[in-house]
Amino acid sequence: MAAATATAALAPGQAVRVEEVGYVEAPIRAFAIATAFWGVVGFLMGVLIATQLAFPLLNMDLEWTTFGRLRPVHTSAVIFAFGGNALIGTSLFVVQRTCRARLFGGADAGWFLFWGYQFFIVMAALGYVLGITQGKEYAEPEWYVDIWLTIVWVAYLVVFGGTIIKREEPHIYVANWFYLAFIITIAMLHIGNNISIPVSLGSSHSYSAPAGVQGAMIQWWYGHNAVGFFLTAGFLGMMYYFIPKQADRPVYSYRLSIVHFWTLIFLYIWAGPHHLHYTALPDWAQVLGMVFSVMLWMPSWGGMINGLMTLSGAWDKLRTDASLRFSVTAVGFYGMSTFEGPVMSIRAVNGLSHYTDWTIGHVHSGAMGWVGFITFGALYYLFPVLWKKKAMWSEKLIAWHFWLATLGIVFYITAMWVSGIMQGLMWRAYDELGFLQYSFVETVAAMHPYYVIRALGGVLYLAGGLIMVFNLWKTVTSSPALTLEPAAASAIAVAAE
Amino acid sequence: MPTKIEKDGLTGRETTGHEWDGLKELNTPLPKWWLYSFYACIAFAAVWVVIYPSWPGWNGTSGWIAREAIVGEMAEATARNAPMMARLREATPTQIAADPQMRDFALAGGRVAFANNCAACHGAGGQGAVGGYPALVDDDWLWGGSLEAIQTTIRHGIRNAEDNEARTSLMPRFGADGMLTAAQIGDVAEYVLSLSGQSTDAAAVARGETVYAENCVACHAERGVGNRELGAPRLSDLVWLHGGTKRDIIAMVNNPRMGVMPAWQGRLDPATINMLTVYVHALGGGE
Repeated sequence: MAAATATAALAPGQAVRVEEVGYVEAPIRAFAIATAFWGVVGFLMGVLIATQLAFPLLNMDLEWTTFGRLRPVHTSAVIFAFGGNALIGTSLFVVQRTCRARLFGGADAGWFLFWGYQFFIVMAALGYVLGITQGKEYAEPEWYVDIWLTIVWVAYLVVFGGTIIKREEPHIYVANWFYLAFIITIAMLHIGNNISIPVSLGSSHSYSAPAGVQGAMIQWWYGHNAVGFFLTAGFLGMMYYFIPKQADRPVYSYRLSIVHFWTLIFLYIWAGPHHLHYTALPDWAQVLGMVFSVMLWMPSWGGMINGLMTLSGAWDKLRTDASLRFSVTAVGFYGMSTFEGPVMSIRAVNGLSHYTDWTIGHVHSGAMGWVGFITFGALYYLFPVLWKKKAMWSEKLIAWHFWLATLGIVFYITAMWVSGIMQGLMWRAYDELGFLQYSFVETVAAMHPYYVIRALGGVLYLAGGLIMVFNLWKTVTSSPALTLEPAAASAIAVAAE
Repeated sequence: MPTKIEKDGLTGRETTGHEWDGLKELNTPLPKWWLYSFYACIAFAAVWVVIYPSWPGWNGTSGWIAREAIVGEMAEATARNAPMMARLREATPTQIAADPQMRDFALAGGRVAFANNCAACHGAGGQGAVGGYPALVDDDWLWGGSLEAIQTTIRHGIRNAEDNEARTSLMPRFGADGMLTAAQIGDVAEYVLSLSGQSTDAAAVARGETVYAENCVACHAERGVGNRELGAPRLSDLVWLHGGTKRDIIAMVNNPRMGVMPAWQGRLDPATINMLTVYVHALGGGE
């Protein structure tokens, strides 16, 4: 399948275009490699901290290896390093091809984005391990790292937006709307939530500008929209390019894509307060956060419908194309978590789910199922195209990766559902005299078996990731090259940076 | 690029006529069920923001306010238990233990109070922990296992600086302060082992007995039966607070470790202390 699409992308008619345009590809290859690399790092950290929760001895009694410091290493590695590299890499690939325009700023701009972003990741992770953190979830990096990311991100906006402006196509493809919304909103969120005053110019620490409940509200305006615009809008952009490509079918509904895009963009930004139910946040803000989350259900499902229904007439490909299976299963998980999210935002449900493992299960069905799988599907499509190979080295290993990872997710999220709901019920259990039935430590003891199952799920997911890396490596080094007509071949030579 | 509307053979739908890198879009209308579900969610939201507070100054038609709701629930729960709590406050632990109704309530409430306040040191089930945290489920009591003795310990604590009536005693640092030689300490440790039938060196036991009689007997009493007035542990029962190997015993004689417990009077109300007393007494070793 990958081979077929690769050939399609470079069919003789289009080869002329490639020669004219000269797409920038070398930095995108680097982003693709970084995605796979950071993915494995992130999964490994996840397995480690999951095991620490089950067996606290593995904190190793060293400040640098405790759960508290390694957890942000895991979350940042999977969200910003794995997800971020996937988003930037694919967006630069997609924007050039769907705009029929060479990257604005050329290869130099691409390389600046690549190394600038990797520097951000390493600086952030070093800070976490050394205890330098703002203590804001998903916004842990301190002020000096934030400033650097702002520079890189604005450059990204210029490169991406510049490519759209100089496009040769009359219209902007739907994938680019989503990528652009992701880039602009993340810039706004990042700057908004990181306004702080350094303790001194020589200090790596800072004071947050907003404090108390205002600080909490801004943090969750940021945190929720990191999910909404980083992990949703950006990856929907990925879906809108790679699923139609892999399925070789037109997008199901243009009208749906417009309506669900604008409703999603408008509604997501207000939903943050549902993270602060039953807190000092005023009731009116909590209620608004909840109703906007409920209204968000169908706009989210619009993306799922467009992704799944694009397969009308191509469902048979799922049997033979394991990488398409990843992309489609991703959309299934997307639909599931975007139903679960509005349900959990309802105050009464939240009263049970909040602060429990249910939340962890929810975020992982989204992160492992949606973000992870759509990225794996894109990588399996991209590697043969970017390295001019006929196909992935082994279709069988893709299938192995798929089933291991799927099983891993099932282990993970069912364990967290059971453990989370059990935990919530134990916290609120009263006896007939009005006394709490369980102490906190009893709930922790009761969760132990589920923590072990969760860690096992993580091991399976990590094993799948390692198989993917091996397969990608063999594809680059050992897969047969794509053979083309001489004219097309010279076009590729020009296109390659 | 020229706009060219095509008809998709599989679905019969027209495309929008645009194409990007080979990708096209069908002009399928919005699915009806999707649209109506979306409208339903909006309608739900519209109703909800009228019923509940949803804007600064708008408290909703229901009159529901989160803070008042929780205050009300707490007041209701407190009121429900108030008569029983009043009885528990006035009664002595002995009276509580004798009254089935009060006893049931005290055991349930004491269990929660124990889990929240005591389990960190004494274990979730009162089983104690290695390193000097006494088990409360056996009949080996340092300061006494009667209801009164347990209540005194909970109220005032042990060897703390916050309560003048805290139970207190001090074991001298026999080795660290040069009161005994290393050889004497080794001998007395052998003697202590012999009290529970564990010694292996009869000569050392004989020498150690003399050391014991001159230095230890005042507190730990003849044959190591201990003294609860002073919190001096019984040494003859194979229950060890700080370890029962010869090495552990030598370490204790050389430079003793002595447990500290906070005073709970002032932290917990008298009814809760009474419930805790009855609960701990009922854990298994109450006298």
